[in-house]
Amino acid sequence: MSVRLLSRLGSAALVLFGVCTLVFLLIHLVPGDPVEAMLGESARPADREALRQALGLDLPLAQQYRNYLAGLARLDLGHSLLDQRPVAAVLAERLPATVQLAVTALLLALLLAIPLGVLAARKRGTGVDAGAMLFSLVGVSMPNFWLGPLLILLFSLWLGWLPVSGSDQPGSLVLPAVTLGTALAAILARMVRASVLEVLQEDYIRTARAKGLSESALLWRHALRNALLPVLTLVGLQLGALLGGAVITETVFGWPGLGSLLVESIQARDYPVVQGCVLLISVVYVAVNTATDLAYTLADPRIGVG
Amino acid sequence: MRRLQPVLPVAVVALWALVALLGPWLPLAPDRVDLPQILAAPSAALPLGADDLGRPVLDRLLSGARTAFVVGVGVVLVSAIIGALLGGAAGFAGGWFDLVVVRVIDVFLAFPGILLAIALAGILGPGLGNVIVALSVVGWVGYARLARAQILSLKQREHVTAARALGVASPRILLRHLLPLALAPLVVEATFGIAAAVIAEAGLSFLGLGVQPPEASWGSMIRDGVGYMLVAPHLVLAPGLAVMTVVLAVNLLGDRLRDHLDVRSLRVAQ
Repeated sequence: MSVRLLSRLGSAALVLFGVCTLVFLLIHLVPGDPVEAMLGESARPADREALRQALGLDLPLAQQYRNYLAGLARLDLGHSLLDQRPVAAVLAERLPATVQLAVTALLLALLLAIPLGVLAARKRGTGVDAGAMLFSLVGVSMPNFWLGPLLILLFSLWLGWLPVSGSDQPGSLVLPAVTLGTALAAILARMVRASVLEVLQEDYIRTARAKGLSESALLWRHALRNALLPVLTLVGLQLGALLGGAVITETVFGWPGLGSLLVESIQARDYPVVQGCVLLISVVYVAVNTATDLAYTLADPRIGVG
Repeated sequence: MRRLQPVLPVAVVALWALVALLGPWLPLAPDRVDLPQILAAPSAALPLGADDLGRPVLDRLLSGARTAFVVGVGVVLVSAIIGALLGGAAGFAGGWFDLVVVRVIDVFLAFPGILLAIALAGILGPGLGNVIVALSVVGWVGYARLARAQILSLKQREHVTAARALGVASPRILLRHLLPLALAPLVVEATFGIAAAVIAEAGLSFLGLGVQPPEASWGSMIRDGVGYMLVAPHLVLAPGLAVMTVVLAVNLLGDRLRDHLDVRSLRVAQ
């Protein structure tokens, strides 16, 4: 098992290295001259040269890459072009809000998806099942940049129950979390249903049923435990969609996290911050996925053998 | 859901394609500014009302259908072809080439969801072409992984050994004798890919990173409408419903296709 652990960590490190390289290359994809894109065409040549030097863009590519990696090792991500603050400090300021939003959305999705999926599996083929699957289908197809405004219209503008945007009022978190969590809940509900149905076919369930166990004890205590393992892996993978979706959700609600920072920085052509946002969100994603994978190995000893 | 009649989704997708392909010849005026009609509610003359500049929402909606279609089909074509060729070649060749491709795939998968596309579209600048490029850079990975897995399991078949014994060149074996067999799952993936690309395009346009104004996109229509939601909710409702209807229809179609193709492959196996 420790071999598996080491190889998993090794490949995660390799992937992170690749991610850093790709993020480094991003700024070189700016059409034409990135310095001109940042300062505008009317900038004085002297200012351009100064910025070019400050960003190290006057150096050969290999040298730039070495400097970039050396900076990363010191957690130095460069400076924001807007206010000269270190990018790492700007990111650190915005990270907690995104974590708060993503974790709440995830919990919300699980709280909704597990009962719904189990219920649909138990009442298979009935109206309840069809209703749950319809919710799942609609939830997956409903873009969060539409669901968000709809929720604002209903709960903030018409009913006046919740704030329209921002994060400083009580209840601010509710609408963004629901917006972000709905698609995940829809996907997970489907997965839980399929997984429970599969587990219910197993021999040990038949044994438990023959033993005279009640149907609900069977479901919640015996079936669910095994049915949730594959769901756990899916949660790890879907976290990517959640973090990506957070960019749009945060923009809709003016939530002060990394996602809205990314969009603001793109609009301001603050490329060092753009790079920092992409890098940090991806690193979080890789770290969580690696951790999920390892947790899965620990939870199910059968996997560790291979 | 399985038993749902496929007529409705097929009709929706066909209508969408028709509007998109006939777009240039339809009498649409998505950019016609009519100041007295600003934020007009739906009426007989303006079935879906007018937006904040007095432009007809219905015309913009139909024009946006074309944008969504071009991006959806364009992204899937570009990323499926690149992905299938690269992934297929990796699975077929094995060795260091396969190792490199797998690592590259892993790196691209490490960027969560639409994040990389957002950053790329933001850096490349707005425009239909750049949206397709940004989404394809992110999208090819899924097809590559699928094609590689398929080819890995298919390349042990006897007809491949026979072709090789006959002296058929490797690229030809891959293109003529292997990839056609791997087509079914790729087609299913591509169908879901269209739905994903439509949502992604609208998402990028919502963030202001999609097509350039005044060109219409469902995403930018939602974005522009949000500020007037209380007085003119139709500005947000209409394009959102359009995105959802098309995505739902394409997803349902993908579901049907998956079932259908699975059944066929089972029959072949028997």
